[in-house]
Amino acid sequence: MNDFDWSSIPGALPFLWDGMKTTLEITVIAVVVGIVWGTLLAIMRMSSFKPLSWFAAGYVNLFRSIPLVMVLLWFFLIVPALLESLFNTPRSSDTRLSSAMVAFALFEAAYYSEIIRAGIQSVSKGQISAALALGMSYAQAMRLVVLPQAFRNMVPLLLTQGIILFQDTSLVYVSSLADFFGAAYKVGDRDGRLVELLLFAGAVYFAICFSASLLVKRFQKRVVT
Amino acid sequence: MISIRNVSKHYGSFQVLADCRAEVEKGEVIVVCGPSGSGKSTLIKCVNGLEPFQDGEIVVNGISVGDPKTDLSKLRAQVGMVFQNFELFPHMSITDNLAIAQIKVLGRSREEAVGRGLKLLERVGLSAQAEKFPGQLSGGQQQRVAIARALSMDPICMLFDEPTSALDPEMVKEVLDVMVGLAEEGMTMMVVTHEMGFARRVANRVIFMDQGRIVEDAAKEAFFGTPRSERAQQFLSKILQH
Repeated sequence: MNDFDWSSIPGALPFLWDGMKTTLEITVIAVVVGIVWGTLLAIMRMSSFKPLSWFAAGYVNLFRSIPLVMVLLWFFLIVPALLESLFNTPRSSDTRLSSAMVAFALFEAAYYSEIIRAGIQSVSKGQISAALALGMSYAQAMRLVVLPQAFRNMVPLLLTQGIILFQDTSLVYVSSLADFFGAAYKVGDRDGRLVELLLFAGAVYFAICFSASLLVKRFQKRVVT
Repeated sequence: MISIRNVSKHYGSFQVLADCRAEVEKGEVIVVCGPSGSGKSTLIKCVNGLEPFQDGEIVVNGISVGDPKTDLSKLRAQVGMVFQNFELFPHMSITDNLAIAQIKVLGRSREEAVGRGLKLLERVGLSAQAEKFPGQLSGGQQQRVAIARALSMDPICMLFDEPTSALDPEMVKEVLDVMVGLAEEGMTMMVVTHEMGFARRVANRVIFMDQGRIVEDAAKEAFFGTPRSERAQQFLSKILQH
């Protein structure tokens, strides 16, 4: 134990902080886009128009049956080539961050849509009937009556999924993108202090996720009572 | 005002409604009763298109409900409906419950909608509750708000689907009082209920349903005097015994 040498961490903090910013950026984008796209998927899945509901079901089942690492890798390989052919971006431009965001958003949407579908179904059917009986369109009934109640019931689950996502962002190491984990790994590798840096990174992940779940639990209690 | 013509509905092979026929004139109060599962709630939900039906036709104020070309939302905005479980929107204050559809459906200004809502809230005796949320009100109070919410759309007729069935006994009267008031003002009403006292007091006619059929459609006096069908006699004797 005496062999631990933590001295390379203080000097690397700015670099690690940059990594954390990348991690947070990916997390926030993926959560926001994932929830919006997931909501649309959930509504499509419950649609009585069969092709829409098949598409949504297929999408969700596809993404839930493929390992996240593979989705990430595909997007690192496919999205840059796609962007290149669509917008003529020079080959040298770094699209790793944007492809990571797209991959996470599309992947997480599949999970969010299942949470949101359950949330929508938790709102009694009578609420839709009441909204429709007042002359609202189906879209208005969803937007004004059902979704606000569904989201209130779902907030704890959505936040928990966000915490999982925060941890999963470390998988971007497959593209050697310097997120927080990637940055820690690089510093450790450079200074020959990999164990210390990985322990440090683990402690930071733990501290953030654990306190976030405590907050969620507290929030959950407030919603229930 | 409401014309139900040979309406049938089935889920698969199960017949929910069988060849139902009824007319409701402007200003009439019609009470629909019958044992549970007789199709009375389904029938009333067909009137504003909340339940689809396969055969027959329902015409409300000259508009055919089953016609695919009919703008159902527009029709529903003119037909008030009160549900067994109130169905107030729990995430909105009472004021917003009253105002939201006026604003979003009728295009009224917020000021106008709130003003109209508060006026109706006063009418059902709940002005003091305007800022509360539905969960803070008793069942009877919630149902009175639900009636006010339906009235806020200035409906041409009102449908009530067992409005007092989910209430504690001591709250039934406060809701029925509001409904009696409405009936006496000349509102056209179709009421699914077991409250025979209400029927005796304000109904013009009573429709008795059994197994998806309208077994009896009679003036109140005739219905309570000597119902023609045996089923209705049995039903009445059961329901009036206590």
